[in-house]
Amino acid sequence: MFKHLKQLTSLFAMIAVLFAFTTEAMAKKSKTLKNTQKKGFVRCGVSQGLPGFSNADASGNWTGIDVDVCRAVAAAVLGDANKVKFTPLSAKERFTALTSGEIDVLARNTTWTLSRDADIGLTFVGVNFYDGQGFMVRKSSGITSVDQFKNGISACTNIGTTTELNMRDFFNSRGISYEPVAFEKADEVVAAYDAGRCDTYTTDKSGLAAQRTKMKNPDEHIVLPETISKEPLGPVVRQGDAVWEDIVRWSLNTMIEAEEYGITSSNADSMKTSDNPQIKRLVGAEGEMGAAFGLDNEWNLRIIKQVGNYGESYKRNIADTGILPDRGPNQLWTKGGILYVPPAR
Amino acid sequence: MNNKIKRILPQLLTILFVVFVFGFFTINAQVNMDNRGIDFGFGFLSQEASFDMQFTLLDYDGQDSYLWAYVVALLNTLLVSFLGIIFCTILGVIIGIARLSQNFLIKNSAAWYVEFFRNIPLLLQIFFWYYAALRALPLPENAQPWFGVTYMTIKGYYIPSMIWENLNVFMSCLIAAIVAIIFIRIYAKKIQEREGKQLPVLYISLALITILPLLSFLIGGVTLDFEMPVLKQLAQTSFIFEGGIALPPELIALVLALSLYTSTFVAECVRAGIQGISKGQKEAAASVGLTPNQILKLVIMPQALRIIIPPTTNQYLNLTKNSSLAAAIAYPDLVLVFAGTALMQTGKAIEIVGITMLTYLSISLAIAALMNWYNKRIEIKEK
Repeated sequence: MFKHLKQLTSLFAMIAVLFAFTTEAMAKKSKTLKNTQKKGFVRCGVSQGLPGFSNADASGNWTGIDVDVCRAVAAAVLGDANKVKFTPLSAKERFTALTSGEIDVLARNTTWTLSRDADIGLTFVGVNFYDGQGFMVRKSSGITSVDQFKNGISACTNIGTTTELNMRDFFNSRGISYEPVAFEKADEVVAAYDAGRCDTYTTDKSGLAAQRTKMKNPDEHIVLPETISKEPLGPVVRQGDAVWEDIVRWSLNTMIEAEEYGITSSNADSMKTSDNPQIKRLVGAEGEMGAAFGLDNEWNLRIIKQVGNYGESYKRNIADTGILPDRGPNQLWTKGGILYVPPAR
Repeated sequence: MNNKIKRILPQLLTILFVVFVFGFFTINAQVNMDNRGIDFGFGFLSQEASFDMQFTLLDYDGQDSYLWAYVVALLNTLLVSFLGIIFCTILGVIIGIARLSQNFLIKNSAAWYVEFFRNIPLLLQIFFWYYAALRALPLPENAQPWFGVTYMTIKGYYIPSMIWENLNVFMSCLIAAIVAIIFIRIYAKKIQEREGKQLPVLYISLALITILPLLSFLIGGVTLDFEMPVLKQLAQTSFIFEGGIALPPELIALVLALSLYTSTFVAECVRAGIQGISKGQKEAAASVGLTPNQILKLVIMPQALRIIIPPTTNQYLNLTKNSSLAAAIAYPDLVLVFAGTALMQTGKAIEIVGITMLTYLSISLAIAALMNWYNKRIEIKEK
């Protein structure tokens, strides 16, 4: 019996050592980058359909500013912005999908908070949309401000979101009793609110604007002016692969900085001969900007050429679709907004 | 010696295999969680939950802990299962007996009922009741009263709530009446066995259960008031009912779908049980002069129950597990609240899914144990 016990322990020790070595060795190079290049596509988690952010058309083509982040990463690491496999995820599923390795980038209008960043094994790489939580009501209700909310109001929202927590803080601080009705899928929330189950629908304002377009009669609903929270939305990666984290971060930063320097998808090639060294760095004509990631030198040029700069992405997905024509805080810092990224140099 | 090894070796190998598989998964999970900076632990249960729930049986507020949120959500699951089991049993027994009726219409409508509700996926039925049927209900301001004082609206079913004074006196009287009835029944059985006389047990019981609680009103100082739901305006076109009890539409849809679906299976168990009793039993009972009602009650049912109980237990277990489909329609059950919101807010996937699985396992085992006990009680006692 003791003999077996000994064998058993040594077996376990061997397994443990094996695991320790493999993970140690792989941590030095970006395992995610290697896997992605081997597979030939970027595995990207998106929403189940939020116009402007990530939405699939009838033939399965995904568009949106979140989608563009994944396309930028694909252009950088694989050379082709279309080599992305999109996985639609509910708010509830998204983090588990990322930490369990089902996807490598989560670009799903996800709010950057301390507890998510610190606890769950995730790393937020930046902000691609500055948002805030708001309320939608039926126009006919005559409500024009959250000050008119009364005890007993029922509010529809999604489970597993910061919205659910903000909503409680908001109603509690005002001493209003309310009925929270929380669904797993955004479409279910919209259907319930639209049918009259709830008096108000609350989520990020961009989400409200986007979902309004899906209602039976969008003109019957208004988004109240008040914003009750800060919701910086951004792409997320798994903790533990610093190089992959950098690739995603700088793919997003490249798009924003390209807009700052006026580099667009149509003029990117001609910018190679620019007199400005910063512009030249952004299109891969100066410096060794890709080496540190294990990428070639034109990774950023490909992003700009294939996906475009942030302004182009915003215009294509959010402004031209009528969701939020006014860029508000999501304007460059040079134009009165708060988009400010560290320089690529 | 050789035989001993032969006996022990397979068992040893099995144990080794099980330990190895468990060990592998544990170590694998641990290594991966370490790599991603995820801690394993149950400390989160005492943290503040900070989310609200739509419908709770006990007092719950976002300031309470995740542990309390778990308890409250579990109660919601148990409530749905309990209501579902009660309704599906009542419906199932009626439909099951109706299927054996001599009446062509009754027999065939029962058969149609069973075939219809049994063969549509449960999730679809839940969606139907919630999104189609309940959505067709009026808004609170347009609601016409049902039975004069209750209102069925898209926001829920509003019923008057009871305001008791000296409720404990009333409850004591009720319990006293029930205890007295049990004793009378035992006594009546003894009398019948000894002297062959039948006491009018039913009438005595009815009298007891009405007179004792009535007395509590007359001389016990018990009063009962009703708080009626009253329409209240929130905004120009937005109304709710205040006061009384509000049953959320999510609960109604879920209980409706679960009981209708499961009742078809219970009905088939009941039919099978009754048909499983040989015809001779019925004929023998009739030949000694029992009425058809007495035959069913005294001869057929006691025997049929033995056939009915075990498969019906399975249906109760299924119903309980199926109640987790609540998550699809925003009813705050264990899966939606604990394995949903709490999992999301804490990120403790392994711990929370583990706890949830253990909980469903425990509920199922508890129901199975209860039904086994009942089955043992009604088994033929060989003397």
